[in-house]
Amino acid sequence: MSRQSNHVQEYCLTVIIWTAATMVSIPFIWLMGDLLWNGWSHLSFNFVFSAPLNAGREGGIGPILISTLLLVGVCMGVAVPMGMGTALFLSEYTRHDHVLGRLIRGSLDVLAGVPSIVFGLFGNALFCQVLGFGFSILSGGLTLACMVLPILIRTVEESFRVISREQRLSAAALGLSKSTTIRTILLPAAIPGLLVGGILGLGRAIAETAALIFTSGYVDRMPESLMDSGRSLAVHIYDLSMNVAGGNPHAYATALVLVSLLFMINLSSSWIASRWTLSNQLPT
Amino acid sequence: MDLIQPTSHIIPDPDKRAGFRAWLPYQSTEPFCEPDAHLRANNLSIAYHDLQVLRNVTLEINRGCITALVGPSGCGKTSFLMSLNRLTDLIPGCQVSGHLQMNELDILAPTTDLLQLRRTVGMIFQKPTVFPFSIRKNLELPLREHGTHDRTLLQSTIENVLQQVGLWHEVKDRLDHPAQALSGGQQQRLCLARALVLTPDVLLLDEPCSALDPISSGIIEDLIASLQGSYTILIVTHNLAQARRIADHVAVFWSLEGVGQLVEHGSAQQIFESPKEELTAAYISGIRG
Repeated sequence: MSRQSNHVQEYCLTVIIWTAATMVSIPFIWLMGDLLWNGWSHLSFNFVFSAPLNAGREGGIGPILISTLLLVGVCMGVAVPMGMGTALFLSEYTRHDHVLGRLIRGSLDVLAGVPSIVFGLFGNALFCQVLGFGFSILSGGLTLACMVLPILIRTVEESFRVISREQRLSAAALGLSKSTTIRTILLPAAIPGLLVGGILGLGRAIAETAALIFTSGYVDRMPESLMDSGRSLAVHIYDLSMNVAGGNPHAYATALVLVSLLFMINLSSSWIASRWTLSNQLPT
Repeated sequence: MDLIQPTSHIIPDPDKRAGFRAWLPYQSTEPFCEPDAHLRANNLSIAYHDLQVLRNVTLEINRGCITALVGPSGCGKTSFLMSLNRLTDLIPGCQVSGHLQMNELDILAPTTDLLQLRRTVGMIFQKPTVFPFSIRKNLELPLREHGTHDRTLLQSTIENVLQQVGLWHEVKDRLDHPAQALSGGQQQRLCLARALVLTPDVLLLDEPCSALDPISSGIIEDLIASLQGSYTILIVTHNLAQARRIADHVAVFWSLEGVGQLVEHGSAQQIFESPKEELTAAYISGIRG
């Protein structure tokens, strides 16, 4: 009797777990299917590299792709060094329970949860107006940097912290200075963590809409410098689907490009991370 | 007379202070274990925050001898070892009081040059701690850090030191391969080579065989025994048979009322054959600990 009821329990549990896992996959498959179904036919070499015409209903997304890459470039160019520095400060130069460290960590956690539109307003006030950068790729990129910094710092800090105490002690026991230890042992060991943090940050930056409308604007011309306004892919999708009648087909195609970009970034960075780990640990 | 004079430098020998000492194979000097104190601890106490782990240890470590620190876990042996190269400075809340002296150097003086101290006092840990890069770079890193950049000297030093730890023939064709690909025993020998590359005077070994299989453990033990006379060696071990085989002197630590203390110190023969303290007798006969 009890063996039979055990069997039923096992069966129910298996069904519940399978159902949960399948239900989670459905939205993803649906979304990808929808994008491919509606967007694939509009996707072409010409679409990716030519300029938009007729408010985006025709033409392509060339300048928008370039603006997006510039925005992400500015964002990561600022966020990565600042994030590494702050993470090093938090994990190597302050004790875990130090007041300053706790204050910084607490504020980063709050910042990580702030809605992006608030970052947009802040970026508009600081970068566009106070610093006088106006609606520009520079303002947008810096705003994105503020957004991705919290997540980047916490991930990198964590990857510094997991480096074993023994490794640090043995570096110190060899009379290695702090700077040598950081340069030769901590930074290389933190590369996979940095990549993960970078991808999470990049994913947030590349998909951002609200913060950019207020800071980099939505001019769809080819940007000539970082001080030009530029429209990102996500803003373009928003504009086509909300403000342009008949813009949906190109919105789908643009979304397909955006998702493919994210895929490529994900795949290449996990490839780098695995190569890095393999080359350092496995027998050759 | 006050024996402890704070000094800003740590090595009295001017040849050594001038720069990197040319590497000397250990056989080139006559091995010795002299009745001459190389390290002196006087009323040394160690506490982590408010928790005292070691109280009033007074101990002399003789030059060129192997001194085994034995006793049950948690009686402050590792803390004692780590105070000798001031690694205790890196542990939050750790306070060391009393006096520690190496030759004329006051180890605990705030003016002591820590990087130089740690070059002179090498340390090996329980788990092998090779760095995640090539075997060659593991050995070059400390040399370069302490001012050796000449390629020929680097190469010959690496070869010498790998031969000394018996690793040369095993790794000479894969010096540029990741050190983490080596077996546990090989990694520990590499760690020993990495410490020896700086030609230290003192070697601190914190249970260097405990994470290894019996064969690797035997190799490391023979290696340590072969270093006797060339370096002043302190080894923490839970393996009393090992202490008996390789140590010249034995210091027995014990946790009394929750605080580690030195119970007895003497020659290995005296400790194992005619211990003065009841605790020591009970410990070495396996009745306690």
